[in-house]
Amino acid sequence: MTSALGKDLLGLEPLTPDQIRLILDTAEPFKEISERAIKKVPALRGQTIVNLFFEASTRTRISFEFAEKRLSADTVNVASTGSSVQKGETLVDTARNLEAMRIDMVVIRHGASGAARFLADRIESNVINAGDGTHEHPTQGLLDLLTLRDHFGDLTGRRVCIVGDVLHSRVARSNIWGLKKMGAEVAVCGPRSLLPWAIGEFGVTVFSRVEAAIEWAEALNILRLQLERMTAGYIPSLREYNRVFGITRERLDRAPRDILILHPGPMNRGVEIDSDVADGPHSVILHQVTNGVAIRMAVLYLLAGGRPELAEAAKGGSER
Amino acid sequence: MSGRRTLLRGGTLLDPSQSLQERGDLLIADGTIARAGGSIEADEHTDVLDCTGTLVCPGFIDVHCHLREPGREDVETIATGARAAAAGGFTAVCAMPNTEPVTDNQAAVGFIIRQALRAGAARVHPIGAISVGQRGEALAEFGEMVGAGAVAVSDDGRPVASAHLLRTALEYAQAFDIPVIDHCEEPTLARGGAMNEGVVSARLGLTGIPSEAEEIMVIRDILLARRTGGHVHLAHMSTRGSVELIRWGKDRGIRVTAEVTPHHLTLTEDACEGYDTHAKMNPPLRTADDVAALREAVADGTIDLIATDHAPHHYDAKEREFADAPFGIVGLETALALVVTELVKPGLIDFSTLVDRMACRPAALFHLPAGTLALGRAADVTVFDPAHEWTVEPDRFLSKGRNTPYAGRRLSGRAVYTIIGGKIVHRVGG
Amino acid sequence: MDRTLRRMADEIVELNDGIDNLIIVGIQRRGVQLAERIAATIKARDDADVPRGALDITLYRDDLQTVGPRPVVGSTTLPWDLTGKCVVIVDDVLYTGRTVRAALDELADFGRPARIALAVLVDRGGRELPIHADVVGKRIDVAPTDRVDVLVEEIDGRDGVVIARRGESA
Repeated sequence: MTSALGKDLLGLEPLTPDQIRLILDTAEPFKEISERAIKKVPALRGQTIVNLFFEASTRTRISFEFAEKRLSADTVNVASTGSSVQKGETLVDTARNLEAMRIDMVVIRHGASGAARFLADRIESNVINAGDGTHEHPTQGLLDLLTLRDHFGDLTGRRVCIVGDVLHSRVARSNIWGLKKMGAEVAVCGPRSLLPWAIGEFGVTVFSRVEAAIEWAEALNILRLQLERMTAGYIPSLREYNRVFGITRERLDRAPRDILILHPGPMNRGVEIDSDVADGPHSVILHQVTNGVAIRMAVLYLLAGGRPELAEAAKGGSER
Repeated sequence: MSGRRTLLRGGTLLDPSQSLQERGDLLIADGTIARAGGSIEADEHTDVLDCTGTLVCPGFIDVHCHLREPGREDVETIATGARAAAAGGFTAVCAMPNTEPVTDNQAAVGFIIRQALRAGAARVHPIGAISVGQRGEALAEFGEMVGAGAVAVSDDGRPVASAHLLRTALEYAQAFDIPVIDHCEEPTLARGGAMNEGVVSARLGLTGIPSEAEEIMVIRDILLARRTGGHVHLAHMSTRGSVELIRWGKDRGIRVTAEVTPHHLTLTEDACEGYDTHAKMNPPLRTADDVAALREAVADGTIDLIATDHAPHHYDAKEREFADAPFGIVGLETALALVVTELVKPGLIDFSTLVDRMACRPAALFHLPAGTLALGRAADVTVFDPAHEWTVEPDRFLSKGRNTPYAGRRLSGRAVYTIIGGKIVHRVGG
Repeated sequence: MDRTLRRMADEIVELNDGIDNLIIVGIQRRGVQLAERIAATIKARDDADVPRGALDITLYRDDLQTVGPRPVVGSTTLPWDLTGKCVVIVDDVLYTGRTVRAALDELADFGRPARIALAVLVDRGGRELPIHADVVGKRIDVAPTDRVDVLVEEIDGRDGVVIARRGESA
């Protein structure tokens, strides 16, 4: 089965700007559905979707689940705890079993980079990457783009800085590819020990001081700092991280303009972001969550497409 | 030996150890080289092999392979590995000691030798461990192991993290005149790494292994060889920086030698795109610039020899997430063709250099009685047809391992006869 | 076409017995324009604003698996409470009836109108569902393989009805 997006959504790096625009445009009418009294349309009636979460993730899983249910799909959640995954079943076995159960789509979250691709290469069902290791988290990237577009309109030339642990962040990678394809100027800022060594070849500006990033940017996408980075020796302490790289009201007050604040969540308040910034007037963090459902509905809807040769045959009628 | 003799007729004799390169016949009698060169008449006691269009050269020696026995006979055995070696044109291989249990004592070395004799294919020379259990602590009994037939020592698979241990090994090994082989990898820099650190690893979100993880150990080992006067042999070099450091060491007369694998000579980190686990190696595949430097180093002799690092895995071991898949590929049956296709045909090296790097140098550095077609020496001979084209089909490998990134590749060059001690152990097509 | 729409407007008002409780809902895309025209006609005659809505039935179609998703999903705008109202669905061409079936399903998710009627500019026959139009601008008899396209000035630059026989491009 092929759709305008192909069989799967594995990342934003392989997508064309037109494909990204199509997803964002398709998300627009889906926003309205979530505002209805009956928040449900029958578009995916009869489709079976498995949410395969090998990593704990409450908000992404719930967002996908709402999106699936609002499209009337039948969903099954498989979490890593209590599943055969814990009994040592390999991903390839899991894939074969899913295939044998004739499911239509799989939404996968996995700790290994490339896991979504691995699954997609082995099953005929559509696969949606809900975050694979430190590779990509495409629906998060798309909802960030949608949120930015809601506020800026066209993203061409808009200056967006991704702040924090870019090295271990799949959100950062999806954002970089997506923003660049939409014509935005992209920068990253964080301790050099938390940026990929080859970041210079990504075509982004690198700020080593957060003050410089704030002076430059029109929007900041602030990444969650995984607490285990400290024990692994990438940074000395959370306290120092907040002092040097934290996004605080004082720092933002010195900016030459109002800066839109995004955060993929969950937040470490007082570490990468201060509460009065997260809850402040320029924060669009909850708007991101709302857009997340619409984006995921759009992706599910677009991937659910049928076979093009039948589409041709069905066009004989006059109803459009 | 029966009284029968074997005549290799019509090939080109190529033996860099004697600066021999001429059309001529080769006569093998009683398992040794009886006559070489010119036109030799056959009598009724002689089997004649038509070698027209082929190169007849000293048998190839792979100083670096993993035969998995004892411990993982489901993955490879000494017998299957030795047969795969012969099929690839190798008359001898050196088996790395990272088996289960580790080859770190006289009895374990003797076991390998007995299994190899029983297999009756390529000769297998055991390599002993540097440290007991390859744990990087106490020295293994080099003398006992050499007495049983070990030809070198190595903790391959694991780097020697302790500089003190390597220094001691380099000093102690001198009594037995064996090389100490190091797998150069600074463990704290390489920790968790799955591929070369660069733009590809950054894009794929895979933990990278920087070039410096190798180069830091290369220079450490060279400096320790200088300090001790011992012979350090550096396994599977992968970076331009390593080549430069080895050149630096050799220029100063330090006893450093080095090897490179066919895959590091022919593939780059780009092979990891799409999370292809068949491209997951340790050391990792590097950049095109590194490949160019390694090829030059083979041509100019900075890198002494080509070794396969043959690392078979169970057929489904690579069927998993990239970060969790094991390192390594099989190499015995593709090495010759890769070197012919990717180095000789484009004109980077000539056939004489190929034979030197795959037969003469390995024999010389590891003090093996081979690597030459000199009269009276054991007749370990590889006859290969450089124009023979074939397609890599892993299902047809004699090795139990099928893990190769070259499946489906069309290559030139194939061993037509592999002759060991005068006995034809492999002939193409069966 | 204007004359036909004026007649349709008359019939809609007559059907509803006035303009009280009337809501006109166009189906995306050309039905929306036709609904606008009908509402404008009513306003010109009776000087009253009839509430209007737009319905995109894409997500209610029953053929997602065969024809694939529409490239772009249009917007549904129904800012009125439908309960107890008389809703008139307006579309350009009535053929199999599947679009209307989807529209009825979608309307049901927005409320419970007292009555739902259907007005179409062209009825070309060929129904696959038990659906009929209450108000019809024009009936055309064509072969199942022919295409009937309504053009409206707002989208197509001119008004008109185009019939494309098989093998011709529309």
